[in-house]
Amino acid sequence: MNSPSTPSEDAPFNAEPVIVSRVVLTAADIDRALTRIAYEILEANKGSANLLLLGIPRRGYPLAQRLANKLAATDPSIDAAAIVGQLDVTMFRDDLAHQPTRAPQRTRVPVSGIDNKVIVLVDDVLYSGRTIRAALDALVDLGRPQAVRLAVLVDRGHRELPIRADHVGKNLPTSSTEKVRVRLAEIDGPTVRDEVVIEAGI
Amino acid sequence: MRHLLDTEDLSRDHAVQILDTAQEMSAVGEREVKKLPALRGRTVVNLFFEDSTRTRISFEAAAKRLSADVINFTAKGSSVSKGESLKDTAQTLEAMSADAVVIRHWASGAPARLANSGWIDAAVINAGDGTHAHPTQALLDAFTMRSHWSKLSGIPSVGADLKGMRIIIAGDVLHSRVARSNVWLLRTLGAHVTLVAPPTLLPVGVEHWPCKVSYDLDATLEAGVDAIMMLRVQAERMKASFFPSTREYARRWGFDDARLATLDRLNLKDTIIMHPGPMNRGLEISSAAADSVRSTVLAQVRNGVSVRMAVLYLLLAGEIRDPQPNSKQNPTAPATAMPAKDNS
Repeated sequence: MNSPSTPSEDAPFNAEPVIVSRVVLTAADIDRALTRIAYEILEANKGSANLLLLGIPRRGYPLAQRLANKLAATDPSIDAAAIVGQLDVTMFRDDLAHQPTRAPQRTRVPVSGIDNKVIVLVDDVLYSGRTIRAALDALVDLGRPQAVRLAVLVDRGHRELPIRADHVGKNLPTSSTEKVRVRLAEIDGPTVRDEVVIEAGI
Repeated sequence: MRHLLDTEDLSRDHAVQILDTAQEMSAVGEREVKKLPALRGRTVVNLFFEDSTRTRISFEAAAKRLSADVINFTAKGSSVSKGESLKDTAQTLEAMSADAVVIRHWASGAPARLANSGWIDAAVINAGDGTHAHPTQALLDAFTMRSHWSKLSGIPSVGADLKGMRIIIAGDVLHSRVARSNVWLLRTLGAHVTLVAPPTLLPVGVEHWPCKVSYDLDATLEAGVDAIMMLRVQAERMKASFFPSTREYARRWGFDDARLATLDRLNLKDTIIMHPGPMNRGLEISSAAADSVRSTVLAQVRNGVSVRMAVLYLLLAGEIRDPQPNSKQNPTAPATAMPAKDNS
C-alpha cells in the first residue's frame, strides 16, 4: 500500500541553533531612506494635496509619523499631525484561524476621513504581501480613497500575492529562513537604537 | 481560554485583555461599515432556555458584526417542549457544526455541564444560568465602570483596572447571578464592593464573599461611593415573601429621588448609577434616577455589544483547535477511504 510520504525533520541532527545577526540599516540609514521616500511621495503625488499617511501597527505607525514630519519639513503647508493615521488590519487577516489570537489595535483616521484622499500605506517590512491585502480590505470598510500607494522601509521579497510597493527604503534579498527585525525607539523603548537587522536561520 | 463560564476563575490579565479588545471593538459601531470579517464562516448558536431581550439581541448583534452566522434557538416552540434533553439538543447543534454555543438556562451549572461533559466540541459562553453567573454582564459593567473611572483619573483606559473604586451593589442579591459575577470580577480588578440588601435577600455564606455586606443603604451612601448598581427585584424567582411590601422595599432599599438628592448633598458629583435591566421603575430605582445624567443604563447596553464581540473574537478567532483525541474522522487520512494501517 502506498502510504503518504510524511515530512521528516529537515534540520541536521547536530545543528545547534546559532543566531547570527547582521545590521543592514543603521539609524542614519533609516533616516536617509525615510527622507528619500518623503520626497518620492511628494513627487509621485505632484505636491501635498489630499495626502494621508496610514501606518500599519505596530511599527508602521511611527514610520508614518516620521514620514509626515519630513513632509511637513519640506512643505510648510502640511500639518503633520493632521495627515497621519493608524490602520489596524488584525480582523481582516486571512490567517486569523491559524495563529494565536492577536489583540486588535486602534484604527485612527484623521477627521478628514479617507474619501477621495491619496492614501499612502506605511509598513516596516513587506514580505508575503498578505498584510497589505488585509489593509486594502480594511480601507474599503472606511471609505473610498482616490488612490492607494504603499511605502515600506524594507522589501524582503517572497511575495505570495500580486502586490508591489511604490516606495521602498531598501530592497533586501533574503532567504525565507532568515528573520528581518526592525527596531524603532517609539515601539521598542527609548534606549533602543533604530536599526534593521537580519537574523540568519539555521 | 476555551469557554467563558463564570468570572470567578478569570485572571486579571484575561479580564483586562477582554476589556481592551472590547475597547477596540467599540470603535466599529461608529464606523460607516459596522462589520468586521474576523469570524467569517463561523457559526454561533444562541441557545436560550429562558426569556431574554437584551442579552440575546446583544449576542446576535455582536456575532453579526464579526460576520459569523447566527442561529437563534429558544426553548419555547422547540422540541424542548416535547421533552428533549439538554444533551440531545446540544448534540443536534453540534451536528450542524456550531463553533460556539451561547447558552442561557434556568438551571445553575447548565453551561458548565455542556462545556465539560464532552457532548460537544464548540466553545461555550454562559449567557446567564440560574442564580449562578452571568459573566458577559459583569464584563460589560466593568467596561462601563472602567471608562468612567479612567476618565476621572485622567489615565488611558486601555490596560487599566478598577483599583480603588468604591462600588455598591444593592437589591435582590439572593437571586442575582449578575451580583455574583460582578463581585468576583470587580474583586479581580481591584475594586471595593459593598453589597446592600435586606437580610432575607442575601444568600447563605455571603460573609465568605470578597466584599462587605450591609443592610443600610443610606449609611453606605454616606461613606462615599463611585458607582451604584441597582439589581432588579426578581419577582419571577420569588416563591416566598422576602419583604413585607413593595413600598417598604422601595423606601428602604430602592434608589429613590431622596437618595438621588443625597448624592448631590454629599457632593458625589461623579457617582454613576447602573442597572443591568430590565428595570422595575418605582421599585428598586425611581424614574428620576434612571433618567438622570448619572444613569449609565443605555451605555451598558451599548457596551454589551462591544464586550460580547470581544469575547466571541477571543474564543473563536484564535488557533483552530487541535482535533480531539476521540475525534471521529482522521484529518491525515487519504481522501479515498482505505483501511489505513498506519500512516505515521
